[in-house]
Amino acid sequence: MTWIWSNLDLIWDRTFDHLILSVPSIILSFVIALPFGALAHRYRTSRAVILTTVGLLYAIPSLPLFIVLPFIVGTSIRSPLNLIIALTLYGVALMVRVVADGLGSVDRDVQQSATAVGFSGWTSFWQVELPLAGPVLLAGLRVVAVSTVSLATVGAVIGAQSLGSLFTDGFQRGIQAEIIAGTLATVLLALVLDAILVLIGRLLMPWTRRSAIGVRVRPDTVAQEVTA
Amino acid sequence: MIEFHSVTKRFPDGTLAVDDFSLVLPSHKITVFVGTSGSGKTTLLRMINRMVDPTSGSIEIDGADIGTLEPVKLRRGIGYVMQNSGLLPHRRVIDNVATVPMLRGMPKKKARDEALHLLDTVGLDRSLANRYPSQLSGGQQQRVGVARGLAVNPNILLMDEPFGAVDPIVRAELQQELLRLQQELGKTVVFVTHDIDEAFLLGDQVVILRTGGKVAQVGSPAEILANPIDEFVATFVGADRGKRSLHLENHGDGDIVVDETGRLAGVLVGERSSAGSESKAGPRGPGASAQGGDSR
Repeated sequence: MTWIWSNLDLIWDRTFDHLILSVPSIILSFVIALPFGALAHRYRTSRAVILTTVGLLYAIPSLPLFIVLPFIVGTSIRSPLNLIIALTLYGVALMVRVVADGLGSVDRDVQQSATAVGFSGWTSFWQVELPLAGPVLLAGLRVVAVSTVSLATVGAVIGAQSLGSLFTDGFQRGIQAEIIAGTLATVLLALVLDAILVLIGRLLMPWTRRSAIGVRVRPDTVAQEVTA
Repeated sequence: MIEFHSVTKRFPDGTLAVDDFSLVLPSHKITVFVGTSGSGKTTLLRMINRMVDPTSGSIEIDGADIGTLEPVKLRRGIGYVMQNSGLLPHRRVIDNVATVPMLRGMPKKKARDEALHLLDTVGLDRSLANRYPSQLSGGQQQRVGVARGLAVNPNILLMDEPFGAVDPIVRAELQQELLRLQQELGKTVVFVTHDIDEAFLLGDQVVILRTGGKVAQVGSPAEILANPIDEFVATFVGADRGKRSLHLENHGDGDIVVDETGRLAGVLVGERSSAGSESKAGPRGPGASAQGGDSR
C-alpha cells in the first residue's frame, strides 16, 4: 500500500498515457466503422466481404501486430501512434458488425414512413436510421471502449507507456503493489469511460429512457452477445 | 384530381399487384380503395407518391405526369398517414408534426408554432406536444399521424389503413373526426382499408378491388349497396348473406335490430316509421339508424 501512496504521481502519469492511447482509438474506431458498417448493412455482397474481412482483422494476435505495424506505416516501434493505429484496427473490427446490426435493427415501418413523407436517402440515414440505431451503437461502443482500455496495456511489452507499464515494471522489479495498482487503475479507467459513454447516450437519446418503441434493445444484453 | 391511366405493376418476383387500372379520383373527395390482402390497394396508394413506380401506364396529378417529378419533392407535397402512425420514435410529438415543413426549409420556430395549431386541429391537447410517441395511446398516435400528414397543407392526403390498429371505439371516434376534418378542409383523400364498413362510412367514391388489382366495382356506397355488380361484390359488401337486411324483433324490454342470421345487430333509435313489431330496416333506412353490433 505504501508503494501506491508514494507513487501516486507515477500512477497518474501512466493513466494519462493510457488515456492518450485509448480515447483517440475508441473515437477513431467509431468514425471509421460507421461508413463500413453502413455499407455492410446496405448490400448483401458488401456485407459478406466487409464482415469477413473485419472478422479476420480481429483474429490477428496483438503482439505481432504491434511489432509489424511500424514497418508497414513507418512509425517508430515505441511511438504511441503505432499503438493507436493497432487499437483502432481492433476497435473497427468489433464496431463494423455492430453498426451493420444496429442499422438493421431499425424498424422497417419507421423507415418506410420516413421515405413516404419525403426524407431523402441521405437525410433519412442521418436523421432517422442512425439515431434509431443509437442504442445498439452505444452498446457496441461500450464493449469497444472496455476492450481498448484493456488491450492498451499490452503495449507496455513493446515499451509504449501505459498503465500496463506498471505490470511489466512491477513484475521485473518484484513489486507486487505496483502490479495490483496497475490492474486496479486499468479496471477503474474502463469503468469511468464506460460510465461517460452511458451518460453521453442518455443525453443524446432521451427517448430511450421513456419506454420507447421502434428500436428497443437493452444495451447490456447486446454487449454480452458481442463479447461472446 | 388524380388520374390512373391503365396502370400495371408487376413486382420483380413476378406477382401482378395491379393490372391495367384506370380511374379518376375527384378533387376534394374521399376515395376509398377496399379489398382483401393481395388486392393491390396499398400498391395503388403508394404509386401516387412514387413509393412504388408502375411497370406500365401513367398517373397524373392535376394533369401533370408524376413520373416526370422528383420523388422526394413530390412526397413532401403529399400528406401520408399509415397504420401504427409511422411516427419517428426518437422525436417529440411536436417535432414529428414539424418534420416535413422543416425538410422543406421552414424555420424551426415557425414549423413548431404551426405544429401546435395542427394539434388543436386534430383534437389533441397541447400538453402532449413534448411527449415521445411511445408515451401516447394508439388513438393519440394516430391523431399525431394525421396532424403530420396535414402539416404541409397538402392538397392530397394518402391514408394507408390508418385506423387498422386501434380498438373499435377509438376507430369510430377517429373516423368521425376524419369526416369532420374533411368537411372543414376538403382535401383529396385516398384511403385504403380492408373494412367495407369503414369504406362505406368514409368514401364518397368506393373502389372495390379483386385479387391482382382488378376493379370489381366503382361507385358511391349507395350505388354499390343497391346494385352489386356481381357475386364477388355482393359477398364482399355482405349483401348476399343478408347481413345488411335487418329487421326488428321484440324482446320484451324493447325492440332489438336483428340480421337475417339471427345475430343481434343493435337497437333502433329515434322515431319508429311504422308501428309493427317486425319491420324491415336497412342500415341507411329512412328515419332509423342501427347502432353498434357490427364493428370489427
